[in-house]
Amino acid sequence: MGKRIGSLVAALLVIAACAWSAPATINALFMKQAGYSEEDVTAGTKDFENANPNIKVQLTFVPYEQLEEKIITSAQAGSYDVVLSDGPFTAKFAKAGIIKEVPALSAADQKDIFAGALSSTVYGGKSWGMPWLNDCKYLFYNTKMLKAAGFNNPPKTWDELLAQAKVMKAKNIVKYPIAWSWAQAEALMCDYTVLSAAFGGAMFDSRGNPTLTAAGNKRALDFMVKTLNEGVTNPNSLEFVEDNVLATFANGDAAFGLNWTYMYSGAMDPEKSKVVNDVGVALIPGSDKAVSATVNGGQPLSISAGSRQEKAAWQYVQYMAGRGFQKTYSKNAVPIWQSLYADPVVIGYNPVIVKLAGEQYKYLVNRPSLPYYSEFSTDFQVRIQEVLRGKKTSDKALQEEQAFAAALAAKK
Amino acid sequence: MTIPRRQVFGEQRFALLILAPAAVVIFGVVLAPLVTTFIYSLKNMELISAERGRFLWFANYAMVLGSPWFWQAFFRTIYFTFVSVALETVLGLLAALLLNTRFTGAGFLRVLVIVPWAIPGIVSASIWKWIYNPEYGVLNAILTRLHIIAEYRAWLSDPFLAMNMVIVADVWKMTPFATIFFLAALQFINRSLYEAATVDGAGVFARFWHITLPYLVPTLSVVVVMRTVEKFKAFDIFYVITRGGPANGTKVLVYEAYLKAFANLQYSISSTLSYLIAIIVLLFTVLYVRSMKRREAGEP
Repeated sequence: MGKRIGSLVAALLVIAACAWSAPATINALFMKQAGYSEEDVTAGTKDFENANPNIKVQLTFVPYEQLEEKIITSAQAGSYDVVLSDGPFTAKFAKAGIIKEVPALSAADQKDIFAGALSSTVYGGKSWGMPWLNDCKYLFYNTKMLKAAGFNNPPKTWDELLAQAKVMKAKNIVKYPIAWSWAQAEALMCDYTVLSAAFGGAMFDSRGNPTLTAAGNKRALDFMVKTLNEGVTNPNSLEFVEDNVLATFANGDAAFGLNWTYMYSGAMDPEKSKVVNDVGVALIPGSDKAVSATVNGGQPLSISAGSRQEKAAWQYVQYMAGRGFQKTYSKNAVPIWQSLYADPVVIGYNPVIVKLAGEQYKYLVNRPSLPYYSEFSTDFQVRIQEVLRGKKTSDKALQEEQAFAAALAAKK
Repeated sequence: MTIPRRQVFGEQRFALLILAPAAVVIFGVVLAPLVTTFIYSLKNMELISAERGRFLWFANYAMVLGSPWFWQAFFRTIYFTFVSVALETVLGLLAALLLNTRFTGAGFLRVLVIVPWAIPGIVSASIWKWIYNPEYGVLNAILTRLHIIAEYRAWLSDPFLAMNMVIVADVWKMTPFATIFFLAALQFINRSLYEAATVDGAGVFARFWHITLPYLVPTLSVVVVMRTVEKFKAFDIFYVITRGGPANGTKVLVYEAYLKAFANLQYSISSTLSYLIAIIVLLFTVLYVRSMKRREAGEP
């Protein structure tokens, strides 16, 4: 009997010892599309584990559309320690207690990170994550179609783009010259943010008051309708998200498309694309009100409110967002660090995009950073679609949205 | 013979012990969430609200019932439910009648007809999303080759059309369910009844109307009740194919409840919606069960 108890105690001690020295395991949630690929993240994580043998990282990849609900539903239980969030979620997640506040970065680091990317992690003067994926939209165009239509340069303004598209249509170069991501989804808000800013509009002012009825917002909506009515926008755009824009462009069925950085490598991939030799990328057009405008698609890494491995999680976040990872894996995404844009490795991967990014970031616009942004966005998407489908005038839609947004702002 | 007191107590204890796991599961994952959800529906549980946690009693219900978006989603759900249940029942019955006749390959066909039903909901919804793809979808390819449509169409960019396309996808998947039920019922009908009717000069339709249909009424009720309840709770097919769009044309009640909770963090509104959906489903069930009982009792 005594012997048995003795061996039991010994076994328990061994288990306890194992538990004591076991590496901390953190769970991280990433997405499957756009930006750094699944392979990049997995390889980078391996590098991190090799450098930090006492921390193990388990990765989960989900489509972008599932990120938000995964983060929300796991916040209490702490199923994930590190979560890939999105700029427009920061305010809501911070206010609702879904993510944790993180230590502020050093002044030198803050200076080196693009301001737009950094601001998407800040709410109420506090830091809620570290910028990780640095992205914005660019204008992609088919160089061959442009030449065939008799143009040497991509358009500088949206009116010029419309004129070029009309020529392409008239000459039968492509049936629908422009593809957009106008499905009832956040993708529509990204395209609208670009257009509204390009025409001098803004959805909210700097204090968070809605300004939907501003002239630029109406010009943007009217422009969208005009391209549809003139038959230069692919009518299927109302069902498209970014992947469909890429597929249409890569199939040679569009001359113009707005998209994130990943469209460049996608359209250049001979396995997926028929237009490998005709891919052009340029600064997004502007108008008499602005030289250009693009939307911030940067996504930060945050720490879930339920995480019990806060320290290890923050260590991992800093590694993945650090200069090392961002330099090594810059093939599919450009770094958040301005200093890396002079680095030969980064330039070597993507000379065109890196050069353009420096210029395009000057015209970066954030979607409103408000706790009730999602509610606003889902409502506005519907109203924009109603206008695009000719069910409502742009004036009426914007007035209604102004009233809706004002009510939201007053309620919260 | 009297059983010792201790042994009785022991048996009772043993019974409790083996019931305990089931009780824990039922209380933990069924009753507790039900109660919590109900409490949420009486409070302000909007995570980003400054007044989070305040008791509002039935104000959430009044707000939801007074909102146009609720009624829009309600009527969309009703349309989806009734059209798809009707189609599934009729098609399911026709398929069952066909499969009930004896011909070579009937056994093989019976297996084949179950296939759509056996495919997980998310998978079949993804398949249909690709079929409807405006640029590369099979539907466009087939219809243009058959010269039914002149050029490719965007099947999911008109709100009403999109809803009907979702119904088609759902009918494809769930008709086998009705077929199996009807087929099972048909097998129990005594064939000599048909023979006698034929001798008496009854035609195909008369035999169907006076023999087959009366026998199928109980099954019909079961199929209709089960499908109606399921349709009212439909979520995955909308989540995959349309995500509620375009222009909210396919935003049904459950999808609305999902968005309220997981996009807007309005747990109170979402809970309220969930209870309202449950009440509506309950009403349907009561109505059907009553009509079923009345029929069984021989009333018209």
